[in-house]
Amino acid sequence: MKADDSHIDKNSPPMILEMRGITKSFPGVTANDNVNLELFKGEVLALLGENGAGKSSLMNVLVGLYRPDAGDIYVNGKKVHIHSPKDSMELGIGMVHQNFKLVDTMTVAENVILGEQEQRFAPKMKEVSTRIREISDHYGLNVAPDCYISELSVGERQRVEILKLIYRGAEILILDEPTAVLTPQESQDLYKTIRQMTSEGKSAIFITHKMDEVIRFSDWVRVLKKGKLAAVKRTADTTPTELARLMVGREVLFNIEKDEFKPGDTILQLKNVELKGSDGIKLLDNLNFEIRSGEILGIAGVAGNGQVELTEIITGLRTIDSGSILLNERDRTNKSPIEMIKSGVSHIPSDRVAMGIVGDMSVANNLAMKGYREKPIIRGGILRRARILDLAKRMISVFKISTPSTNTHVKFLSGGNIQKTILAREIDACGDLLVAAYPSRGLDVGATEAVRTEIVKQRDAGRAVLLVSEDLDELVSISDRIAVMFEGKIIGLVDSNTEHEKIGLMMAGIK
Amino acid sequence: MILLLTSILAITLRAGTSLVFATIGEIYTEKSGVLNLGIEGIMLMSAVLSFTVSYYTGNLFAAVVTAMATGAVLSLLHAFLSITMRAQQVVSGLSITLFGTGMASFLGQTLGPESNSGYMIGLTAAKFETLTIPGLSKLPVIGAVFNQDLLTYIVLLLIPVAWYFMFRTKYGLNLRAVGESPQTADAMGIDVTRTRYIYTIFGGIMAGIGGAHLSLAYTPGWTENITGGRGWIVIALVIFSLWNPSRAIWGAILFGGINAVQFRLQASGAEIPAPVLNMMPYLVTIVVLIIITLWENRRRGTGTPAALGTPYQREEK
Repeated sequence: MKADDSHIDKNSPPMILEMRGITKSFPGVTANDNVNLELFKGEVLALLGENGAGKSSLMNVLVGLYRPDAGDIYVNGKKVHIHSPKDSMELGIGMVHQNFKLVDTMTVAENVILGEQEQRFAPKMKEVSTRIREISDHYGLNVAPDCYISELSVGERQRVEILKLIYRGAEILILDEPTAVLTPQESQDLYKTIRQMTSEGKSAIFITHKMDEVIRFSDWVRVLKKGKLAAVKRTADTTPTELARLMVGREVLFNIEKDEFKPGDTILQLKNVELKGSDGIKLLDNLNFEIRSGEILGIAGVAGNGQVELTEIITGLRTIDSGSILLNERDRTNKSPIEMIKSGVSHIPSDRVAMGIVGDMSVANNLAMKGYREKPIIRGGILRRARILDLAKRMISVFKISTPSTNTHVKFLSGGNIQKTILAREIDACGDLLVAAYPSRGLDVGATEAVRTEIVKQRDAGRAVLLVSEDLDELVSISDRIAVMFEGKIIGLVDSNTEHEKIGLMMAGIK
Repeated sequence: MILLLTSILAITLRAGTSLVFATIGEIYTEKSGVLNLGIEGIMLMSAVLSFTVSYYTGNLFAAVVTAMATGAVLSLLHAFLSITMRAQQVVSGLSITLFGTGMASFLGQTLGPESNSGYMIGLTAAKFETLTIPGLSKLPVIGAVFNQDLLTYIVLLLIPVAWYFMFRTKYGLNLRAVGESPQTADAMGIDVTRTRYIYTIFGGIMAGIGGAHLSLAYTPGWTENITGGRGWIVIALVIFSLWNPSRAIWGAILFGGINAVQFRLQASGAEIPAPVLNMMPYLVTIVVLIIITLWENRRRGTGTPAALGTPYQREEK
């Protein structure tokens, strides 16, 4: 789908902000690819997209934290150059970041006037506090000016952020997933505040991946997908189903050979598992499922709904607050990673560079990193280099890892070959369960196929596989069953031949 | 007894002056998030160069300006390495100290007149004389405060000013934000790099004046290792002061006082060996560090800048 300008009609309020052809790349990733954006006075624009679709990056360009490689920005029809947050603030553009930009050891009032140019040499904090109280009464942003940030709840901190922007005269407010950290009541209050602002002619952009928020709350929606603008819709003219489809999208389907589904004994079983974050919010909520031998259970969901935490509790990286984890009918609740490895759990971590490899060590050493505790790699406490090299050579040929030599530092390999290295190590030592988180993320077509084929092979060999992926096509093509996660819960457990749209809706929290 | 106290306080203030200058400077530097371990080197270089200028020109003003310039240049180097190049701040600071120590010693052997075979050691030059304030200096004990040299008077006035600037002005607020959370400061339109450069250089200038006080007032003349490790005591004093300029005076009085008492004790033939007294400042620092760490969890904070020693980079991807 291509975005065009035909959606603008004569009755629209004046356009106060326009971004044209914004392109921003980071080494190896194009975060924004020729993206356009328009914002009208007194309206709310929703930026919808999965994690990594480029929403935050586009907004960081707008507030001057990132410099775009190409593209122009117009405010009130005039071309502007935004090089720093100072510039954007002077243009009346302010952003509430996902990670709040607040100094914990300072008071609300101090945070509000931080960096303010017009402030007098020695600020009169009483006057500042009075002004803060006026704003907070007017917009329903209840917060005490003299409190230290470290004493405030997450919801209160967000209110300070908004207050700070209004205090500085922001006309355009950008909110990055504002409700992710809020209770439903706080979200309601936030909506009211934003509505109060728009009724006074201010505008807002908010980044989200929640469909219901878009529908209830915005005037316009722009859907981003893999850095590109996928659609522009008037909220009134669209439906959650359509948005889910636009957001998740479709890709070329791979055809991967797999044996008939013949599940065996239960390998992994989770009973009433619950995990709480440091702020008391439930990251995993009453999870119950099992995976049998010869079965791939796919975990679908928009990133950030508990999938990574799920892989971490199974691999021993996090401890759960209640419930139990059983492996081959043995209780393995809250065991350490080494105990989980010894119990036969292999792990392909979500962040392969940070958790899967040691970049500055050789391919051979990385491949030996799991077997090094045992013979024949180690004897009498001494690593045997020849054995490590034998092992490495065998794996490099079996898994077709493309590397100049066994001594090459892993960090110099391509993403696909790094992933193959991890796969080789994990699968070679695989017991009964393989936990794979986003195994094909960021890989090219060839590497993706190799990784998927290898995972299916493990299933055909009678292992149980937990596959977390944000790629619905991947899940549908290789899983046997799919569990959809939303806000830490399994919202649905379906067959892998279920329609995309249905799964997409569940991913958005709609049953 | 009162006479003894008065004289101890007078020596204490004199001994503490260089410490307070450098401590206030280093507090500002660290509050911006930069750790400068080059203070010892800067003080030595400033001491030798300002004494040399004083010896050849007899102009104390020019001598102090030289010391300030020396501090500025050396801390600019540290700023460049640690802020722009994002080098390890500890390594960069230590290098400056090692360089400064060696260089000062070398200069002390070469800048002198031929009559002294190039040595600066053993020469006398214009120095800061004691300016006695009539009347006030006659008061018991307190009188010691009014019987000092110009630099000591300046530093005593500077303490409240430094406190006011840091905790009551918008520039102080911005400075603290930069050291506490550079991401926040950046998002609020504060130029993190510029702020860090300014206060790192300011810290160097202050350390430079501290060095000048040693060779021009406290122990006029140049001797090898004239600082006697004061540049390191400063690092400890910053922690002792909990990064608050107004507390720098207590640290300096304590450590300056140890010096003063040491003289008295040695003069009276006391039993405590000098090395034991010399290690006191460091022992006290260790104790303070332990207390700070214990406090940290309970209180809102002890003033330790959260981003101390961490380079800031905006695009993290």
